[in-house]
Amino acid sequence: MKPLFVSGPSFQRLIFFIVTSLALMVIDHRFQYLQTVRASLSTVVYPLQYVINLPVKTGQWLSSHFSDRIELIEKNNHLHEENLLLQVKLQRLEDVKNENRRLRKLLEASKKRNERVVMAEVLAIDLDPFTRKILINKGTQHGVFEKQPLLDAEGVLGQVLHVSPYSSTVILITDPNHALPVQIARTGLRTIAVGMGTANRLALLYLPNDAGILVGDIIVTSGLGGQFPQGYPVGTVVEVNPDIAQPYAQVQAIPAARLERNREVLLVLADNPSFATTIDQFNQKQ
Amino acid sequence: MRLEQRRGGWVIAITFAVSLMFAVMPLPSWAVPWRPDWVTMVLIYWCIALPKRVGIATGWLVGLTYDALTDTLLGLHAFSLCILAYISIEQHRRIRVFPWWQQSVIVGVFVALGQLPAIWIHGTLGYETMGWFFLYPAVSSVILWRWVFVILRDMRRIYHVF
Repeated sequence: MKPLFVSGPSFQRLIFFIVTSLALMVIDHRFQYLQTVRASLSTVVYPLQYVINLPVKTGQWLSSHFSDRIELIEKNNHLHEENLLLQVKLQRLEDVKNENRRLRKLLEASKKRNERVVMAEVLAIDLDPFTRKILINKGTQHGVFEKQPLLDAEGVLGQVLHVSPYSSTVILITDPNHALPVQIARTGLRTIAVGMGTANRLALLYLPNDAGILVGDIIVTSGLGGQFPQGYPVGTVVEVNPDIAQPYAQVQAIPAARLERNREVLLVLADNPSFATTIDQFNQKQ
Repeated sequence: MRLEQRRGGWVIAITFAVSLMFAVMPLPSWAVPWRPDWVTMVLIYWCIALPKRVGIATGWLVGLTYDALTDTLLGLHAFSLCILAYISIEQHRRIRVFPWWQQSVIVGVFVALGQLPAIWIHGTLGYETMGWFFLYPAVSSVILWRWVFVILRDMRRIYHVF
């Protein structure tokens, strides 16, 4: 006899999907096999992200097209002044560069700073609120690769976490799962800057109590690890708490980059041999 | 008869797409913790309205898309949404006849339950704990369920989705 009510959902099927999701989570967390799956899924959802970004983009377009003449003139003048200032600075930079090259030759050190950058746009998408990530509109089609460093006009922003053909996710340096090898510009002391999550702060790890760090010290990338180019500003030390009970002092810094307020970011294409490869070569020689 | 049963699948797809878009739409920072769980609400609606068509598999697929969209661990939302789909279908006869305020409370409980796997996973991955933040989407979903329900029901009736 046909039952009057259809039976409920199948429990076996639920168990199957639960096990599949758990397996997916473990594989995604531990291994790299799912990169292609993620990339293709991201391509599927990219139209949705593009459509959400559209009103913001249209707003920008409208405001740039209908802004006052006076405002435009003012802006133009401002940019003109800034350009002049930068030109003057650039002249001095050329001089310093030459001097640097000469001195390096004297020291027989061959370190070239030759990085190129590509501009990318931040899409107005809210990703997972637990983490600190942003989405940019450049992907493998534009030559973006995983772990590629990102900068803005003020300093280091983060690195590329996942790439798909037309977009990529960037993990910011303030994410608790991000660590960045840095050094104190004044003393040359090397340390690691770890993100502190929602607080817009970086924690500087493993600094001894007597390291002589002062509030206001600038921290820059140290280039160790080979992922980030050396010498880009990361932040400023704002808090130094020497703790005698602990082996290390608690030091915090504020990031230099405007992490959450950017529309344009720069992707660095570092084509100088990174530190990691030289270490490898060194190890091979031994 | 078969054709009759399969009408209006595109309406379901579009409602899910729109809910996914709402889920990542930029909000002012004070409103981010209060973002209603649109995807879960739409899933619960279709599960109690059309339990034969929308079910565990749909919930799982939508969850996977959600994961790709928000760049979370693949399978995280898929996990919670397939369980929620199961519970909603299991209870759909009961939920359907509830008065709307009781329905809203049930939806709030489901949304809060759906947040739990994310909290556990984030805890094990070393992110800071959220405290009672996970209840905020449940509260806003309770408030908005009435309208979500009415809009989706009207869409289902206008486009004859059965």
